[in-house]
Amino acid sequence: MTRIVPLDTQTVADRLEGALPGSVEARTPNDIRVKLDRLVEVARFLKTTPGLDFDYLVSVTAVDYYPHFFELVYHLVSMQHHHSLVLKTRTPDRERVVVPSLVGVWRSAELQELEIYDLMGLVFAGHPELRRIFLWDEFRGHPLRKDYVEEIIPLPLPTEPAEPLG
Amino acid sequence: MTLETQPVVINFGPQHPSTHGVFRLVLTVDGEVVIDAKMVLGYLHRGVEKLAEEKTYVQNITFTDRLDYLSAMSNNFAYVQAVEKLAGIAVPERAEYIRVIMAELQRIASHLMAMGTFFQDAGGWGGPLMYMFRDREKVLDLFEMACGQRLTCNYMRPGGVSMDLPPEFIPELKKFIPAMRAYLDEYEELIAENEIFKIRTRGVGILPKELAIDAGASGPVLRASGVRWDLRKDDTYSIYDRFDFDIPTGTVGDCYDRFMVRLQECRQSLRIIEQAVRDIPGGPWVNPGVRGNVWAPPGEAYAHVEGPKGELGFYLVSDGGVGPYRFKIRSPSYINLTALKEMTVGYKVADAIVILGSIDIVMGEVDR
Repeated sequence: MTRIVPLDTQTVADRLEGALPGSVEARTPNDIRVKLDRLVEVARFLKTTPGLDFDYLVSVTAVDYYPHFFELVYHLVSMQHHHSLVLKTRTPDRERVVVPSLVGVWRSAELQELEIYDLMGLVFAGHPELRRIFLWDEFRGHPLRKDYVEEIIPLPLPTEPAEPLG
Repeated sequence: MTLETQPVVINFGPQHPSTHGVFRLVLTVDGEVVIDAKMVLGYLHRGVEKLAEEKTYVQNITFTDRLDYLSAMSNNFAYVQAVEKLAGIAVPERAEYIRVIMAELQRIASHLMAMGTFFQDAGGWGGPLMYMFRDREKVLDLFEMACGQRLTCNYMRPGGVSMDLPPEFIPELKKFIPAMRAYLDEYEELIAENEIFKIRTRGVGILPKELAIDAGASGPVLRASGVRWDLRKDDTYSIYDRFDFDIPTGTVGDCYDRFMVRLQECRQSLRIIEQAVRDIPGGPWVNPGVRGNVWAPPGEAYAHVEGPKGELGFYLVSDGGVGPYRFKIRSPSYINLTALKEMTVGYKVADAIVILGSIDIVMGEVDR
């Protein structure tokens, strides 16, 4: 029976601190949180370092911790070593929402970042083509934010009774 | 005098039989050759992730049915596992067996549709698709027998399944297995050995192994590119470690390989079902401690299954309430589209349709 084993976060945090000092912000037994401006370096380190080899980015998620900050969650897997890691990072607050894009490290981030941009409103700096993927361009707001209020657009009512058919 | 040529932009979809729903692809072509492909999505966006934040954990099972509406059971399976992980709920033995049987039946049903519509996209109009509809019907009949629903099953619950299998289910399933085996042999003869089909699909839409991994492809798309990665074996969940089965892989990563991987997977699913039917124990089908809604302590959980389309995952964040604070779907159909441009550029327009068909997307899951 094979399982994907979550790597011990202490070991990974120590290795990260050794190679990229000051990049780790916090750590729990389940995940590592890194500084937002160091995210790309950390990602590249995790992907290319022998022994870690996180070659497969499973999923990218953004969570709105209203009213404090947005959190990005990356689920990483190494197919070679059968281990996994949950990498997190936070925006400073809910106003400054520019975050680095990881498309340069894992292509798999491309569509997932578009989705987050569209629905959560985080702006990915360095994304090759940032556009609304699900909602139309004129749509205002980002629905997955906790403070989103649905805009009710009144339907234009006919001013005159319609001509009877036939 | 030389004639000037210029690239032409062709709009493909959203309402088109080969788009498997409402998918729009803007192709730029130079003569017949595709030089750029851009997809436009969102025609089926229903905001499921937002809606789910307003509902309870058990109510949300209904939403998962409607994501990939051709494989509701697999979606249920992934979601209830995430809830169980979050809330720490144990599942009785019999329920695990029922879930595995349902998930594998669903894989067959979903692959049948994938193969049938794919053959249709490649130009084999009518016949094979109708055969596959006929056989999928038998799976749907079994689902109906078990839970009263055919497509949007809503069968699994945190802690088990909503009701026990009726007594006539297992005998019917035993009849189904050899019949389906015979059909699969027939399809292999009918389609996989078809010369025109081979010409249309061999060497078309090649997805190299490295790109497949980098672009996050999963399921048959990934395995056809020669990566032996199946969560049932590589991250064994539920009781998959008790069954003996193989993981078919491709070598080239073209449309033909993706088709063949699906066909072989159906055979492997039948093997799993056969073993599950042999070993299924009696006992409760749902954890007796779970009644009605469940409550989860604050925290987060990610659970995934190897669905018919690929890795289907649910990431749930709980703030201690009756429903999820964040409900994120890792949708295989959506992420498998990442490398669509690389797969289509350089091939003919007619091939673009075959390539899209070979990825096997369901728009309910792409747009959510």
